[in-house]
Amino acid sequence: MGTIKDKAAIVGMGCSKFGERWDASLEDLAIESAYEAYEDAGVGPDDIEACWVGQVSAPVAGIGATSIAEALKLRDIPIIRNENWCTTAHIALIEACIAVASGLYDTVMAIGVEKLKDTGYPGLGTGRGMTPVLEARRTAPGSFGLIAKRYFETYGLSNEEGKETLAKIAVKNHDNGSLCPKAHFHNKITLEKALNAPIIAWPLGLFDCCGNSDGSACAIITRADKARDFRPDPIYMKGFGVSMDSLLPHLRPGFDWLHFDALINSSHKAYEMAGIKNPREELDVAEVHDCFTITELAIYENFGFSPRGKAKEDIDSGFFARGGGLPVNIDGGLKCFGHPIGASGLRMTYEIYKQLQGKADLPERQVKNPRLGLSHTFGGPPQISAVAILGNEKG
Amino acid sequence: MTGIVSYGGYIPALRLDRKLAADAWGRNSIGGERSVANSDEDSITMSVEAAANCLNDRKRDEIEGFFFASTTAPYKEKMNSTLIATALDLEREIATADFGNSLRAGTAMLKAALDSVKSGSTRNFLVAAADSRLGYPKSDQEQTFGDGAAAVLVGDKDPVATFEGSYSISNEMIDVWRNPEDKFVKTWEGRFILDEGYTAHMKEAVLGILKKYDLKPADISKVILPAPDSRTHGKLVKSLGFDPKTQVQDPLISNVGYCGTAQPLMMLTAALEEANPGDILLLAAYGDGADAMIFKVTDQIGKPTHQSKISTLIENKIMLPFYARFLSFRDILAAQPGEPFRLFPSATVSWRERKSSLSCHASRCRKCGCMTFPVQRVCYNCRSKDDYDEVRVSDRTGKVFTFTRDNLGGRSDDPVIIQTVAELEGGLRFYGIMTDCEPDTVELNMPVELTFRRIYEGAGFHNYFWKLRPVRRGGTN
Repeated sequence: MGTIKDKAAIVGMGCSKFGERWDASLEDLAIESAYEAYEDAGVGPDDIEACWVGQVSAPVAGIGATSIAEALKLRDIPIIRNENWCTTAHIALIEACIAVASGLYDTVMAIGVEKLKDTGYPGLGTGRGMTPVLEARRTAPGSFGLIAKRYFETYGLSNEEGKETLAKIAVKNHDNGSLCPKAHFHNKITLEKALNAPIIAWPLGLFDCCGNSDGSACAIITRADKARDFRPDPIYMKGFGVSMDSLLPHLRPGFDWLHFDALINSSHKAYEMAGIKNPREELDVAEVHDCFTITELAIYENFGFSPRGKAKEDIDSGFFARGGGLPVNIDGGLKCFGHPIGASGLRMTYEIYKQLQGKADLPERQVKNPRLGLSHTFGGPPQISAVAILGNEKG
Repeated sequence: MTGIVSYGGYIPALRLDRKLAADAWGRNSIGGERSVANSDEDSITMSVEAAANCLNDRKRDEIEGFFFASTTAPYKEKMNSTLIATALDLEREIATADFGNSLRAGTAMLKAALDSVKSGSTRNFLVAAADSRLGYPKSDQEQTFGDGAAAVLVGDKDPVATFEGSYSISNEMIDVWRNPEDKFVKTWEGRFILDEGYTAHMKEAVLGILKKYDLKPADISKVILPAPDSRTHGKLVKSLGFDPKTQVQDPLISNVGYCGTAQPLMMLTAALEEANPGDILLLAAYGDGADAMIFKVTDQIGKPTHQSKISTLIENKIMLPFYARFLSFRDILAAQPGEPFRLFPSATVSWRERKSSLSCHASRCRKCGCMTFPVQRVCYNCRSKDDYDEVRVSDRTGKVFTFTRDNLGGRSDDPVIIQTVAELEGGLRFYGIMTDCEPDTVELNMPVELTFRRIYEGAGFHNYFWKLRPVRRGGTN
């Protein structure tokens, strides 16, 4: 496999306010993030030569990418829609980077947008998936909740210890989200509040689950050799990894519900392309897929941030907190932004982009002198993982 | 020698203490408890349970016919027996038919099967009866009715009881009925229907068959008389001159209830479970007339036949905590539905997937042996294409590998769905919902088995699939 390391750069990004955006349509959300990105990059719609759209289904499926063309009045260019569970926006971003790295285009857009709150569902719905009968009543918290008991059992955590470990991740992310203006939720929570919250899918309680929001995020991408024509501080694509498992984890013979191949393979590919040997030491900031607290915990260990079975020690020591050895989900993560599926990957990348530029919206959120950041989404039942590693120095 | 080769009952795990129903309406309880089909059970699923119990480990491709009897068949038009036969993984080249419209449908079906085998038309025949009738809230029937099923395998080889003869009376009267739009059973005045209907015809049938075969009440080892209530049953027994202490099969009213078309076969099953070689059993059933049959127990009776005894099924139970849950589980009061489904079922998808969804087939790779459910054309392990055998896994047991108690996907009256991944025999992973289970009792490694259940409504037809449940089959037999 080849590499696109240092061949593509992000020169502008935008991110809408996330939340229950009763006031905003899919098109409004797209306009909000796209025009911030245009302004950030100093470009306009005429500069965009191709566009990759991440959108899953909401509010309707089967409309292709036309809603983006119509909202942004993008004319006479290819607009390609990607739908791939929670990794949707990341893959749109990665495809856009590959396209400019190929030399075919100079300047392209990747945009993710999802309007969940027009569907009338408080959650993501049930009975999704491959067969309506087999997967009837499979819910997202139900699927990820299945990881928890296996983890507790394997590493000797009592139900109480396990639940407390997960709750600490929720407390951390809410603390981060309280400082992030664009987040859906800004409330700090106590450990006690997290532990006593209503159960959604045991052991996951309300605060172990991400919210359900509307949102959009957008990136303007160009060839790395032209990036400085746009701005003095472009952010370079250092490496990416995308990996999909071949069978629903629920059905896979022998699967232990701890070693997710998609997570392991996508991170290893990204590290290899980016030249990272020790992610725990070399990464300065990471946005990972905390759809549920147990997911964030599983990612720590599958990504090599923590040794197997040792995530609890890092959680207890604050290693992943703001100011810790590797701050994770420093903007509050999916926990506080909610998860408009097709937008999340680019929203996470927006945070890494701003952090690497030293331009976090509030100074107290800014990581000191970061060089390398990772953004990541993990989706499906779960079955697919996408990782992007960004850097602020061209190699 | 035509007779009964195997048999097996099914009683749902859920029970309602009749006092809860009585207290809700300020009435007197008739005492005891009644069986209640779970919200995911109906006469089709209960028949699958009973038939699987009856078939046990017999080769299913040897069954030559299947009949189903019920007055509560889920489909009015569309054969119910084909669905049950598919869930049982019977062959396609079999005779099937539905019997219904009368509580006598169960015995009518049994006689038709016996006649089929006796005539030499088939070598064996499987029959199953199930009912889940509704009495009006506050009515006597609400307390006396129960939900249940039973199946009998009839054959011409090594029967445990031989079919000695039958006698039937057809009678026209309006006593117990339901019009097409009726949810609840209608009845005329009690004294009329019990005296002129039930009692008169049961007596006529019992006395008639005794006379026809030159038998006296004392010749009968067990008289099996399904009855709408204990008092009527007691009076009938007395008037016929049977000894209530030694000759009478328990009508199952006190702890199960009156299970409609299934009751005669459930009681016959319970009688066979306690029978000795040489016993003579007299079965009579009422419904727009009456059927009577005589069976003679053979020396095959001690051999293992089926999986779970009626007495074991009665003991294994979960008490409903309150009356309202009975009302909503039986769809008398609609429960607030769970979240709407985004993906509705389709008749074509259901048809294409019937081998896995209904017949519970997994694939076993011929190259590497890897087993997966549902069937995978390309092997998960070695990626051989279309090189697998389909294996029915519906009677495999296993253990809970992981689970979560999901509060998001349930119904308002049954809010917790236990999402479960189980490892079944042969390393097969099965993902499903746990049913018939108190959520707090689930643990890793808990033994589980598969049960055929109604999964949800959508697209205007019923959807069935397999669920997991704590092991209930087996026990002492």
